[in-house]
Amino acid sequence: MSKRKSREKHLAVGECVSQVQRVLRERLCHQRLPDKPVGLESQYKHLLELLKRTVVHGESNSVLIVGPRGSGKTMLLRCVLRELLEVQEVKTNVLQVHLSGLLQTDDRIALKEITRQLQLENVVGDKVFGSFAENLVFLLDALKKGDKSSSRPVFFILEEFDLLAHHKNQTLLYNLLDVSQSAQAPVAVVGLTCRLDVLELLEKRVKSRFSHRQIHTLSSLSFRQYQDAFRSELTLQENFPDTKFCQEWNLGIKKLCEDKAVDEILQKHYNSFKDFRSLHSLLLLAVSRVSVSHPTLRAVDLLEASRMSSSDSKGNMVHGLSILELCLIIAMKHLNDIYEGEPFNFQMVHNEFKKFLQRKSHSIHNFEKPVVFKAFEHLLQLELIQPVDGGVCKAQKEYQLMRLMLDHTQVMEALQRYPQCPTDVKQWAVSAFG
Amino acid sequence: MSSGAALQCSGYPEEKLQALTPILMCREAQAETLLTLMGEPDQYSYPSVFIYGHRATGKSHVLFTLLTELQIPHAAVSCVECVSAGLMFEQVLSALFGVDAASLLPRSPSLSDFVRVYRQACLQHPAQETRYIVVEKAELLRDMEVNLLPALLRLQELVDDNVTVFLLSEIVWEKFRPNTGCFEPLLLHFPDYTKAELLHILSRDTHPSYTPELYMSYINILLGVFYSVCRDLRELRHLAALNFSKFCEPLEKGEARESDTHKLWKNIEPHLKKAMQSVYLREVSSAQWEQQQTDEKEATALRGLSAHAHVELPYYSKFLLIAAYLASYNPARTDRRFFLKHHGKIKKTNFLKKHEKTSNHLLGPKPFALDRLLAIFYSVVDSRVAPTASVFSQISSLVTLQLLTQVGHDDQLDSPKYKCAVSLDFILAISRTVSFDIVRYLYDFL
Repeated sequence: MSKRKSREKHLAVGECVSQVQRVLRERLCHQRLPDKPVGLESQYKHLLELLKRTVVHGESNSVLIVGPRGSGKTMLLRCVLRELLEVQEVKTNVLQVHLSGLLQTDDRIALKEITRQLQLENVVGDKVFGSFAENLVFLLDALKKGDKSSSRPVFFILEEFDLLAHHKNQTLLYNLLDVSQSAQAPVAVVGLTCRLDVLELLEKRVKSRFSHRQIHTLSSLSFRQYQDAFRSELTLQENFPDTKFCQEWNLGIKKLCEDKAVDEILQKHYNSFKDFRSLHSLLLLAVSRVSVSHPTLRAVDLLEASRMSSSDSKGNMVHGLSILELCLIIAMKHLNDIYEGEPFNFQMVHNEFKKFLQRKSHSIHNFEKPVVFKAFEHLLQLELIQPVDGGVCKAQKEYQLMRLMLDHTQVMEALQRYPQCPTDVKQWAVSAFG
Repeated sequence: MSSGAALQCSGYPEEKLQALTPILMCREAQAETLLTLMGEPDQYSYPSVFIYGHRATGKSHVLFTLLTELQIPHAAVSCVECVSAGLMFEQVLSALFGVDAASLLPRSPSLSDFVRVYRQACLQHPAQETRYIVVEKAELLRDMEVNLLPALLRLQELVDDNVTVFLLSEIVWEKFRPNTGCFEPLLLHFPDYTKAELLHILSRDTHPSYTPELYMSYINILLGVFYSVCRDLRELRHLAALNFSKFCEPLEKGEARESDTHKLWKNIEPHLKKAMQSVYLREVSSAQWEQQQTDEKEATALRGLSAHAHVELPYYSKFLLIAAYLASYNPARTDRRFFLKHHGKIKKTNFLKKHEKTSNHLLGPKPFALDRLLAIFYSVVDSRVAPTASVFSQISSLVTLQLLTQVGHDDQLDSPKYKCAVSLDFILAISRTVSFDIVRYLYDFL
């Protein structure tokens, strides 16, 4: 009897772990909206108020949400829209058009997309329009209701606003902002961008039609808030199917937050990136290590995740180079030291390498020049060295000027980690004059 | 469940994971990390994962083995094949949703079209499990449309589907990041194989008529020669396959037994060193190499391309090329010393004191004017030559042969400038044929 019971429990653990993974992954990977935007309360209120005026009073508006990547611009907007759409009346009335600078790369595509999202393809049919503006006004006119003179409010949501500003003549932006200025149809234009200097990109006529309302999501998160965010991201909610497991998990998380080592990791992470998205990626790495054999999140998991996300990728690549290629990199480092960062070519590197071989090498054999050149080209292919003028100059390959893309400390660190590095090579790297 | 080395991940049939373990040898840790990141089939996975590591470290192998053996829906595209973004979109759609979806794309589709069609198809076939898109040779994405890379990285958000994009590359992520930044993918590194691991993998493909131990010792010798130059598994495997017959030759002739390791080593070592100079550099094809091995006598006569590095040129062209070489590598102020019989009072010691630290053979050829070339040419050529059209046409044919390169624009008719584009070995060979001792005339070798 007791045996059966324990087996049942074991199954339940597997089930619970998979449930935990499901819940947390949805939060961390799919950017599920939180109940309330953390640290952005005033911005939230401001935006909500603004959009409400469009919906309720039919006022047109334009606003830019500016903030660094991963700081929660889209999340803020989506939270606001979610609250607005909870009202039934609004939901039936409001139309949304989502455009993204990544996808709608020119105005023709953008207009097609607007037509499609407003579901007006039938209305437009085969009509031929003289200009962009004419087309857009036609589209908005079509939305006017028959009975009243009022029309349905439209939200234009422009992601990657700065990319849209690169369109020819900025026709799309000009017309959208123009509509939002003149009292035609109630329109709210919301732009999202990570460029603080976005207004500089706008032409004068476009800029003058913009309301100059900006909402900044510059993160002013303190470390305490960051820790709170960390905890709340990992905490399970009441509605988790297995209450016992849920309690245990939450207790584990609480304990984890008090751990000194975890605190250190978080501090380090906080100092380098403050945004939520990098926190999410860190947490995902940690959470994905939770399995049936250890169904709680441990400090070790977090440590491993932090190690993985902060490893030096160039150092990793140097680790896999052959001895010959490593020697070339050391020769380049010496050239950089001697000539103070002036670019070098293959002949110089080879010369430096030959000097080393003649003087004090016991472990490295003399290689034919073409073999050395092949190693050099491999470094070029890995982009650890880069041609100075982008490789357009017509010089012979061995005389093309190159720059090393690793700095002094990176080379030395990589050398320390290099497996079975011969001692004479190590000494050569350390010695000041070749 | 916990059987040590075997892969574990809930959500996938256990016996399949067991069967995968031998295929993914030496990459178990990476496969495990990948599986845990992917999670159970129906859970969300991170929008984009960037996998980097050297060539032939099993990036594609591990990923595709997992995806195909576990029957996970995925689309594989290689950027080498996709000349345009449209081809990529078509491949992805047809792999994930069938040909019907791909046919909805208009001609020369834009990203916007792709996302629209993807969303449509997604409505018809809602995701039961995570879909994966694997992009190989992702470094080429940088040369395609500007928006393609950032859009792929956040495709999950754009199409609102449970989809994950894997990017595979041998270049580090720092080189990909666009100016204004983008969605940051998870980074995953595939480390290189250690020497022991290489030995383990390479000694798996044994020859049927010889013992595995013999093959193992052969691989050991091969690694001893090549490991310090090349760690590419694929290249090593190729070299191993090519040279094994040579290794076995004494055994077949009955001159040695399998236990005579020293004898075998003596036989193969010089041979492998030769292979490094020819096969490894791709100077001869594998077929040519095998040919050489069969007829040993000719092997001494047959050499790599670099040995034949001279072309037949007309007599004056050779001198023109020599003159060009001298003009490119000697400073103009030293011409008096080299080419005037009575060059006055320039003392040799004085002259040598001005010796710059870096030689011109390190810095590369300098451009020179046509007049200087001709002046040097007249002084080095032993007979009197009239400046006829034939001499000038030989110069321009040297340019077309790419032995000289013209500097600046073609429209400079009065004083065109050239650079000499041949190596020292090449010019030494040329001057030997006309018995001209070029080293005596080179400033760097005084």
